[in-house]
Amino acid sequence: MFKGLLKSPAFLFGAGLFVLTLLVAFVAPVFMNLDAKTRVGLAYVAPSSAHWLGTDHLGLDMLSRLVAGLRSSLYVGFLAGIVATIVGTLIGVYGGYKGGLLDDILTVLTNLFLVIPQLIVLILLSASLQEGRSRTLIALIIGMTGWTWSARAVRAQASTLRSRDHVSLARINGYSTLGIVVLHILPYLLSYVFMVFILQTAIAILSEATISLLGLGPYDSVSLGTILNDAIKSEALLDGAWWAFFPPMILVTVIAFSLYVVNTAMEGVFNPRLRK
Amino acid sequence: MSEPILEVQDLRLHYLTRFGEKIHAVDGVTFELKKGEILGIAGESGCGKTTLVSGLLGLYIPPLHHTSGDVRIEGKSIIGMGVERNRKEVLGQKIAMIPQGALNSLNPTRKVKDLATDMILAHEEGADRKVVYDRLRERFGRIGLDAEHVLNSYPVALPAGTKQRVVIGISTLMNPKVVIADEPTSALDVSTQKAVIRLLFELLDQGIVSSMLFITHELPLLRHVSSRIAVMYAGEFVEHGTTEQVIFDGRQPYTRALMGSMLSAEPGQKSKKPIAIEGAPPNLAKPIAGCRFAERCPVARLDCPTTKQVLRIVEGREVRCKYAESTPQTVGNMGAGST
Amino acid sequence: MSDLKFEAKDLSRTFGHGKRLVTAVDRVSFSIKDREIVSLVGQSGCGKTVLAKMLLRLEAPSSGELLFDGKPIGGVPDPRQHWRKVQAVFQDPFSAFNQFFTIRSQLKGSFTLFETKPSDKEMEERVDQALLAVNIKPKEIEGKYPFELSGGQMQRMLLARIFILRPQVLIADEPTSMVDACSRASILEYLMKLKQELSMTIVFVTHDIGLAYYVSDSIFIMHAGKIVEQGPPDDVTQRPKSEFTKKLLDDIPNVHRTWIDRTTAA
Repeated sequence: MFKGLLKSPAFLFGAGLFVLTLLVAFVAPVFMNLDAKTRVGLAYVAPSSAHWLGTDHLGLDMLSRLVAGLRSSLYVGFLAGIVATIVGTLIGVYGGYKGGLLDDILTVLTNLFLVIPQLIVLILLSASLQEGRSRTLIALIIGMTGWTWSARAVRAQASTLRSRDHVSLARINGYSTLGIVVLHILPYLLSYVFMVFILQTAIAILSEATISLLGLGPYDSVSLGTILNDAIKSEALLDGAWWAFFPPMILVTVIAFSLYVVNTAMEGVFNPRLRK
Repeated sequence: MSEPILEVQDLRLHYLTRFGEKIHAVDGVTFELKKGEILGIAGESGCGKTTLVSGLLGLYIPPLHHTSGDVRIEGKSIIGMGVERNRKEVLGQKIAMIPQGALNSLNPTRKVKDLATDMILAHEEGADRKVVYDRLRERFGRIGLDAEHVLNSYPVALPAGTKQRVVIGISTLMNPKVVIADEPTSALDVSTQKAVIRLLFELLDQGIVSSMLFITHELPLLRHVSSRIAVMYAGEFVEHGTTEQVIFDGRQPYTRALMGSMLSAEPGQKSKKPIAIEGAPPNLAKPIAGCRFAERCPVARLDCPTTKQVLRIVEGREVRCKYAESTPQTVGNMGAGST
Repeated sequence: MSDLKFEAKDLSRTFGHGKRLVTAVDRVSFSIKDREIVSLVGQSGCGKTVLAKMLLRLEAPSSGELLFDGKPIGGVPDPRQHWRKVQAVFQDPFSAFNQFFTIRSQLKGSFTLFETKPSDKEMEERVDQALLAVNIKPKEIEGKYPFELSGGQMQRMLLARIFILRPQVLIADEPTSMVDACSRASILEYLMKLKQELSMTIVFVTHDIGLAYYVSDSIFIMHAGKIVEQGPPDDVTQRPKSEFTKKLLDDIPNVHRTWIDRTTAA
C-alpha cells in the first residue's frame, strides 16, 4: 500500500514540496542567521545580497520574519488539523456506525457547524479575545470550528463498514459499541483518517492565514497571515515593496497546495476506483 | 478431417515470485480444439486454470512467463509475439476471453457504450467510434439485448444477466476463433445462468465463434455444456476424455473424488455421502517427484509419491495414474490422506 | 412447552420509505423445531440473508411476529442473551474476522459474550480444545493473522468459535459456497458433528438446492421475500407445488437429466 504511494509522482511531488517548506522552517535557522527581532535597516529596503527579501515595515529582516512566520503557521495548522480530525472522526465514526437516532442528532450538529460560516465564528471569537490570542488558542478555535468536513467524510466510511461480516461477528460476540468502534471500525479507517488529517491541516493553514490577514490572528507571534496583515496595513504594495507581500502569500499557497496534492495522491492509491 | 483451430503442445508456464521462486503453475498441458467443439476444463482453485487462460491468450506479462511449449491458433503460433503485437493481432480477434463480472469492476460513471468502445479501440487503434458503435448495436441486437437502451445505460442500472450478455457481446465482437469462458455464470442465479449458456450455444451454432473452452469447477454444468472434459490438478491434466467418460466413469482418483463431491437434489442422492478429501494441492515451487495427488489420494499405493505419472490411454481416454485400471467405483472416506 | 425453536407469523422486514421502500422479507410464516435442520434456499436477493439476520437478532422485524423459545425475539433489551443461544458462521471466513488481530486472540474474544468470563487459563484451554475439535493443532495458528492462514483453516476457525460458544442454534450462511468441492464434505461433517455434540438446531442459508436436499429435514424456498414452498426435501424437489419451485428445479443443471435442448434452431 505504501509502496504504491512512493510510486505515485503526484505524491512524491507534493510530499517533496511540503518537506521543503519544513526544512526551510526548522532546519534553515540552524545554518543561517535568521534574527527576526533586530532592526537591520530602514523600512522597506529592497532585497539585496545581505537581506534576500529586503526589510519589512519595521526595518526587520524580511526573510527571518518569513521563516519565523512559517513556523507559526505550520504549528497552528498542525494543531488545528489534529483537533479537527479527532473531533470530526469521533463524531463521524459514532454516527456512521450506530445510525438511527444518534446519527440523526450528530448529523444535525454537523450541519449546524457547517452552516455557520467558520470565518464569522473565528472572527467573533478572535475579536472577543483581545489580549489572550495566543497561537495555541487560535489553533484550538480553528480546530473546533473546522471539523465538519472530517465528520462527514468519516461518517460515510464508517457506515459502509457497519455491514461488514467482521463487525456482525463482533456484535454477536457481545462486544459493546465502544469496543466495536475502537477495535473493528477505527483500525479499518486509519489510512483514511490520515488522509483526512492532511486535508484538515491544509484547510487550517488557510483559515489561520485568513483571520491573521484580517488582523485577528495571534497576538503574541508572527505568522504568514500577520505578515500579510502588516503589509496591507502599511500599504506595502503602494510603496512598491512586493517583497513584503508576495512571499508570504506564495508560501501559504505552496503549503496548502502541496498538502492538497498529497491528499489527492493518497486518495488515488487507497481508493483505486477513482483512478481512470 | 478438419484441422484443429487451437493446438496446445506441452505448454509450460511459470510465475516469478518476489523472492525469485519459480512457481510452475502450468506444467505440460497438451490438447486440441476443433471447429464447433466445446472443451470443458474442470478444476478447483489453485489448479492452474487461470494461468492457463492467460497463457492461451498470449498475455505473458511479468510475473507470468512462458517456460516452453507452443500455442497455435489456426496453425500460427502466438508465442513470443510481445504484448503490442499480441494485442493488435491476437487478443479479441483470434482468441478472446469472457471474464466473470467484468462490468462490475469498471468505472461506474461511464455509460456502457463508452466502456465498450474503449475496450474495442484498445485493440483497433484509430477505428472510428461511430463505426464501432454501430457494430456494437448490431451485435447486441443479435444476442437478444435491447441495444439502444443497454448501450446508453450505466452498468449499475443493468441486471446481472444483462451485464454478462453485454460482456459476451463485447468480447466476441470480432468473431474470435476461440472463445474462453472462465466461470461465466458463477455469480448468476440459476435461471439467468441457463439463459447465458443458451446464448453461448447460439454463438457457436451461428458460427460467430468457432470453438469454445469452458472453465468451471461446477461439474453438472460441464456435463451439459462440453463434449469433452479435461480435469486439471496442480498444473497438469489428470484426465481427458469425453464428457460421458469423465463424469460417469472417471479413472483418475481425483476425478472420481470431484464427481463424488457433487451434491444434487435427485432421489437416492440423500444417502450418498459426498466425498471429503482433506489437504490442499502441492506447492508448485518445488519439484515434485511422483504423483501430485498422492498425498491426498485415498487409494494411493506405496510407490505413488515417488513414481512420476504420465498421461496414458486407458479405456479410450487419457489418464494420469499408474493404477487407473483398478480405481475403485467409490473413492474417498477410506482413511488415507495427509492428516 | 413447545419444542418450537422459532415461530414466525406474518414476519416482514422493509428498508427505506415511500417510493424507495424495499420489502426484503414479505409476510413470512413458518416454524422451526428444536434440533431440526432447516435450509433457506433461494437466489441472491430473495431475502434469505435478511431473514437469517432476523433470526440472529441482527435485524429487527418491521412488522409481524418472530418468537424464539416461545418469546418475542426483541423482548429482552440485552441482545447478548439471545446470542448466547443463537450463533452464526459466515460465508467468507476472511471477511468474517478482523484482519488486524491474531486469529487466536479473536477466538478468545468470543468469551466477551459470556456472563462470567472464565479465568485466563481456562479460556486458553477451551480455545485449544476447540481447535483440536476441528483438527487444527494450536501451534499451527500461534501468533498468526488471518491472511497468513489458508481458506480451509479459516473456515475451520469459524467452526472452532462455535465449539467455544456452544449455542443451541446455528445459522450457517452459505458455509460451503467459497470452499473447494473436495473440502465441502468435510465442512458438512464438522457441522454434523457439532450438531450431534451440542444437540443444535441448524438453519442453513444457501442457493444450492443440492446441498439443502442432502442436509435438511425441511426446506424453505424463498423468492422475492416470500416463502414460496416449504416441506421435507423429497416433497419439495419431487412434488413441488409452486410454479417458481418447478421452474427453479428445471433450470438447475442436473447430471442425470436433459437441461438445454440444443437441437431447436436459434
